[in-house]
Amino acid sequence: MLRLENCRIMNGDYAVEADLEIAPGACVAVIGPSGAGKSTLVEAVAGFLPVTRGCILWKGADMTNRPPGKRPVAMLFQDGNLFPHLAVAQNVGLGLHANLRLSRAEWSRVDAALERVGLGGMGTRKPAALSGGQQSRVALARVLVQGRGILLLDEPFAALGPALKAEMLDLVAELARESGATVLMVSHDPDDARRIADQVVLVTDGTAHPPQQTAELLDNPPPALKAYLG
Amino acid sequence: MVAALILGTLGAVALRAEAGSGFAASDWAAVRFTLTQASLSALLSVGLAIPVARALARRRFPGRGFLIALLGAPFILPVIVAILGLLAVFGRAGWLSSLLGQFGMEPVQIYGLHGVVLAHVFFNLPLATRLILQGWQEIPAERFRLAAQLDAGALAMWRLLEGPMLRRVVPGALAVVFAICLSSFAVALTLGGGPRATTIELAIYQAFRFDFDLGRAALLSGMQLLLTGAAALVALRASAGEGFGAGLDRAARRWDGQGALARGLDVFWIILSAAFLLLPLATIVLAGLPGLADLKSSIWQAAGNSILVAAVSTLILLGLALPMAAAVAAGRNGMTELSGILGLAASPLVIGTGLFILIYPVADPFVLAVPVTALVNAVMALPFAMRILVPRASEVLARYGRLSLSLDMRDWAFVRRVYLPRMRAQTGFAAGLAAALSMGDLGVVALFADPDFATLPLQIYRLMGAYRMEAAAGAALLLLMLSMGAFWILDRGGRWHAEA
Repeated sequence: MLRLENCRIMNGDYAVEADLEIAPGACVAVIGPSGAGKSTLVEAVAGFLPVTRGCILWKGADMTNRPPGKRPVAMLFQDGNLFPHLAVAQNVGLGLHANLRLSRAEWSRVDAALERVGLGGMGTRKPAALSGGQQSRVALARVLVQGRGILLLDEPFAALGPALKAEMLDLVAELARESGATVLMVSHDPDDARRIADQVVLVTDGTAHPPQQTAELLDNPPPALKAYLG
Repeated sequence: MVAALILGTLGAVALRAEAGSGFAASDWAAVRFTLTQASLSALLSVGLAIPVARALARRRFPGRGFLIALLGAPFILPVIVAILGLLAVFGRAGWLSSLLGQFGMEPVQIYGLHGVVLAHVFFNLPLATRLILQGWQEIPAERFRLAAQLDAGALAMWRLLEGPMLRRVVPGALAVVFAICLSSFAVALTLGGGPRATTIELAIYQAFRFDFDLGRAALLSGMQLLLTGAAALVALRASAGEGFGAGLDRAARRWDGQGALARGLDVFWIILSAAFLLLPLATIVLAGLPGLADLKSSIWQAAGNSILVAAVSTLILLGLALPMAAAVAAGRNGMTELSGILGLAASPLVIGTGLFILIYPVADPFVLAVPVTALVNAVMALPFAMRILVPRASEVLARYGRLSLSLDMRDWAFVRRVYLPRMRAQTGFAAGLAAALSMGDLGVVALFADPDFATLPLQIYRLMGAYRMEAAAGAALLLLMLSMGAFWILDRGGRWHAEA
């Protein structure tokens, strides 16, 4: 279980407050107007922003002050998820050891992950030789080998077309189900939430509200969400 | 016109060179020394700049902004002033020697190859640091986050982010420093000299002043041009689009390098580089203050000459650079960019030699010392001015060009009402650089000045030659104030009341 206990997160000169719990293995969408603090929330979980009050607990253990690389968290960013000078398999291998000293068994885990996301045999290519959708699959393969308990997504498929985006979201949901990971996904599109999220965390005016059932919330939106959805 | 000036003088050099009698052994020694010192200076400057830039990129501390701004200062610092400062720290009677003397060690010897390289590193370490720091800051913030997420240690950071960036940035920095050091004159004149430490530029000067052998000076100029031209081409290719450091103050948040060793090393590099830059400057101020009170009238006269040369030079520069920037921005750039490259490639002494050869049959070159020095200084500042002016000129033309056409605004009205007012801040910055560079220049004036005429840098050099170090220190402080003052006034004047 991921728990944000009475948290206050500073991002430059504004703050986001959060006091909520997310069930293990849940797939949760984080939605709200732009500038309300969606990204701030997930970046605090990842360890990129300081929490000035309260604490973040994972399975009961405090991880508030752990550096990003020591948290049970994998994250996909809007862009820049791959290193262009490294081959596809190396980019995935980074998820096991950042210095890329992998044993033979570990390299075969990399190959298996690539196989799983539908990129079998493409390990030696450079990211530039792949399409946008394939690049997203490489990043997902890395998340797969990282095997962390929490997966954070900050609109990573925003640059893809609607059909491709839907395909990638389905793949994320599938992979998360297989591994039992808890997913937090920032999105500005309520359809993304309907597609894969069981619950939604609504962020408005610097406050992150506890998760609610997706269909219930979107069908009967409170005024702030209604203004955003239009 | 600039191309005509440069090519014309080169033509004169070439014609004259054929009358020469080929290269003597001492000339080859000058070529070898020039290449050796430039290579060493480039390797040391860039090699030391990498850890300094890395420390500045990943640490935040009070005074960081000041230190980064300070890295820009050596560019407009008069060479002769810096050399006096370096002598006061590293010279025979300097701080370092007396410190070593406490432990019974020999004083350090600054004259010769290592002195020349030391001075070049003093000037180019900051430049290289800025270039490399820019490379670090162009790494997107997400990449640092991704690396932190992957728990990348020092080795992995190197492999993922730093190595690839340095492979891209370092060759350009090396080429730029190498090209700059090739045409070193004032440093070699004061710290080098003798058959074993003479650069080509210095050999040109000696052929000229001591032997009055115009043929040999011309031949050496040809050689120098070949080398600097090749180096300038390589430097421009290797550093395509590298600016002079906009937005260097921003620091991406970092999660790596938190260990005690990494912190300690970074602190070491920052303190070392700050001391290396600040100590010589501090000694100038300390040593100069007592001398400042009783400056001789000859110094004030020389200062007057320097101000005159700088003012004329700045006007010439603006007269050349503003129309050229507009031409490049409007797309007529073939010839203008070529002359920019030539401006980098042609050294002051080469152009000076050419002008001398051209003027000599018609008039007394020594009478024309002021206009010739001002002209050559302006041409030398041109490439830098173009880098400042062209981006803004393109912006102005793109934003207001069509609007002005639709208002039926004619060329002159456009220049007066739109172009010049919109270019004011950049014009002030370019003019400030040109004035400071010209004020501190010790190059072509050494060729053209007769014993009765001197600019302030030349006068300081003569005082040093006469071992009157106290007077030299006072004059150096005056020169420092004049250069920095000219830059500050013009740069501020450009930005004063200028709407963004």
